[in-house]
Amino acid sequence: MLLEGKAWKFGDNIDTDVIIPARYLSTSDPAELARHCMEDADPGFPGKVRPGDIIVGGRNFGCGSSREHAPLAIKGAGVSCVIARTFARIFYRNAFNIGLPILECPAAVDGIRTGDRVAVDTASGTIRNLTTGEEFAAKPIPPFMQEIINSGGLIAYVRRKLT
Amino acid sequence: MGMTITEKVLARAARRDRVAPGELISARVDVVLGNDITAPLAIREFRKIGVDRVFDPERVILVPDHFVPNKDIQSAEQAKEMRDFAREQGLTNYFEIGRMGIEHCLLPEQGLVGPGDVVIGADSHTCTYGALGAFATGVGSTDLAAAMALGETWFKVPASIKFIYEGELPEWVGGKDLILHTIGDIGVEGALYQAMEFTGPAIENLSMDGRFTMANMAIEAGAKNGIIAPDGRTIEYVRGRAQRPYEIFQSDPDAEYARVITYDVSQIEPQVAFPHSPDNTRPVTEAGQVEIDQVVIGSCTNGRLEDLRLAARVLMRHRVHKNVRLIVIPGTQEIYRRAMDEGLLAVFIRAGGAVSTPTCGPCLGGHMGVLARGERAVATTNRNFVGRMGHPESEVYLANPAVAAASAILGRIAHPNEVT
Ligand code: SF4
Repeated sequence: MLLEGKAWKFGDNIDTDVIIPARYLSTSDPAELARHCMEDADPGFPGKVRPGDIIVGGRNFGCGSSREHAPLAIKGAGVSCVIARTFARIFYRNAFNIGLPILECPAAVDGIRTGDRVAVDTASGTIRNLTTGEEFAAKPIPPFMQEIINSGGLIAYVRRKLT
Repeated sequence: MGMTITEKVLARAARRDRVAPGELISARVDVVLGNDITAPLAIREFRKIGVDRVFDPERVILVPDHFVPNKDIQSAEQAKEMRDFAREQGLTNYFEIGRMGIEHCLLPEQGLVGPGDVVIGADSHTCTYGALGAFATGVGSTDLAAAMALGETWFKVPASIKFIYEGELPEWVGGKDLILHTIGDIGVEGALYQAMEFTGPAIENLSMDGRFTMANMAIEAGAKNGIIAPDGRTIEYVRGRAQRPYEIFQSDPDAEYARVITYDVSQIEPQVAFPHSPDNTRPVTEAGQVEIDQVVIGSCTNGRLEDLRLAARVLMRHRVHKNVRLIVIPGTQEIYRRAMDEGLLAVFIRAGGAVSTPTCGPCLGGHMGVLARGERAVATTNRNFVGRMGHPESEVYLANPAVAAASAILGRIAHPNEVT
C-alpha cells in the first residue's frame, strides 16, 4: 500500500483518552468519533486534518484503554497511517485488526516535522520525507500480521478460517 | 531451561510443552469478556464473521458496567444491544444492574476466572486476574469478536520482568502503593509488551484484594499482563467460588527473566500519582498543599471490601470537608451488600459522603462525578490522564483508599496519620 500525506506530530505517551476521550464513547461511529479525534492534545486537529494525512507520535503511542474507538477515530479522521517510536500493545493489535497501518520507526520520528509531506510504502516499510528528501526504513511488519492485513483485517481472516 | 508462570500458562493453552518469549502462538481462551462500551462493537464484528453462535455461552461473559445505570439515551442503546445479544445467545454470565459489578471485581468474586486460566477481555484492566495466577490481558473489540467465534486467539509470548518485594509493609501502605511506586520507578512504558511477575515476602503477606490492585495496574506500566503465582491465600480465595476446575502453575527456579527488580517495601510510603500520568508518583508526605474538590473511592483498582474497610476506618468519627464531594462506589453488588451489613456505608453517609450502586462512573469521566474545568480530584482509580475524569483542564491524583479518605476530611491531599 502506498500512502502520502501531511505529517502531524505529537509527543510521547499519547494515550487513548487523548485520542478519543471517554465522554464521546457512547457511540462507535467512526465519523462521529473522528470529530473529536486528538482534541484534548490539539483542539483544532479534527478541523485541520485532511484525508491521507499521517500522524507521527513518540514513544508508547496509544497507551491506556483497550478502546478500539481510538484507532477507529484516527481512521475515521482520514489519517492513512501512524508512525511512532513504539506503540502500546493493545493499540498495536487493534490498529491491525481494523486495518489502520502503523509503523515503528524512531529515525523517521526524529526526521519528520509537522507540515512535512510524507510518503509510506507499507509493504517494504519505507518512509520518505518528501519535504527534506530523507528516507527511513521501518521495522518490518511481522509475517503473521501481514497475513491478517492481506486477508483484509481480522474478521475476514477468521471468516476464511471458519468456512 | 525453566519457564515462568506466564510461559507455562500460555504453553498449556497452546497445547504445547513449552513456549519461549517472542513466539507467536495460537491459544484457546477460557473466558472472553466484554463490557457495554466494547461489546457492541464486537457484536457487530461478530455478525460479519457469519457464524450463528458463540463458541461457548458460559465462557463469553458480558458485563454492563461503564455507563450503567444508563447515563443517556445513546448509552442505553449500547447497553440494550449487548443485553439483546446475551439473550439471543443464551449467555449464562450476563449481569444486570442490581446483580452486577465492575467486571474486574465481579469475575474473580463469582469464581468465573481461576488459576491457570487464559482470559482475554475487551478492557485493558483484564490484567487484574493475573492476581489469581491466570494469564489475562486486554484486547480490542475485533479481537473479542474473533475469540467469541473461535474460542481461541493469538498471542506473542511476552518476556517477563520479575519484581521481588522484600520486607514488611508499613502502616497505611498496601498494594496500591507498591504498584504506584513500581510504575513510578520503571515508567509508563517500563514493561511494554512484557509480563510483570510480582513475587517476594511482601506479596505473600498481601491480601487477595491488595494483589488484585497490583495486577490491575500492570497495564499502566505498558505490560501485557501482571501475574502472581498462586499460594495458600489464592487457593483459600478460589475454594468455594471456582465454577470450573483450575490448575496451579509456578515459575521454575531457573526461569529466564528480562530483568529482576527488588524493592524493600519497608521504605515505601503511601504514594500519590500526580497529573497526568500514573508514573508521576511521589510519597504523600511530599505532596505539598494540594486543595481538592472531589474524592472518588471505588473502581476495579480499589473498590473491594478491604478498600472500603480502610476508608471507613479513616472516616469514622469525621466529616467530609465542606469543599469536598466524597463519592464512594462499591465494586460489586456483593461488596455493596457486605459493606452495608458491616456498617461501612453508614460511616460514609454519616460523614457526608455519597454512596453509589456499582459502576465505573467517574473513573473514566463517564458519569456520577465528572469534573469541571480546573477541578481536582483524589481518586483510588488507576489512570490520571488528561481529561480522564472530565474536563481536559481538570486534574486527578491517584492514591490508596486511606489517603483518599484522609484527603476528603482535610480538603487537601493528606496522610491518614493526620486524622487518625
Ligand atoms: S473502573 Fe475504571 S478502569 Fe476499571 S473497568 Fe471501569 S472504567 Fe475501566
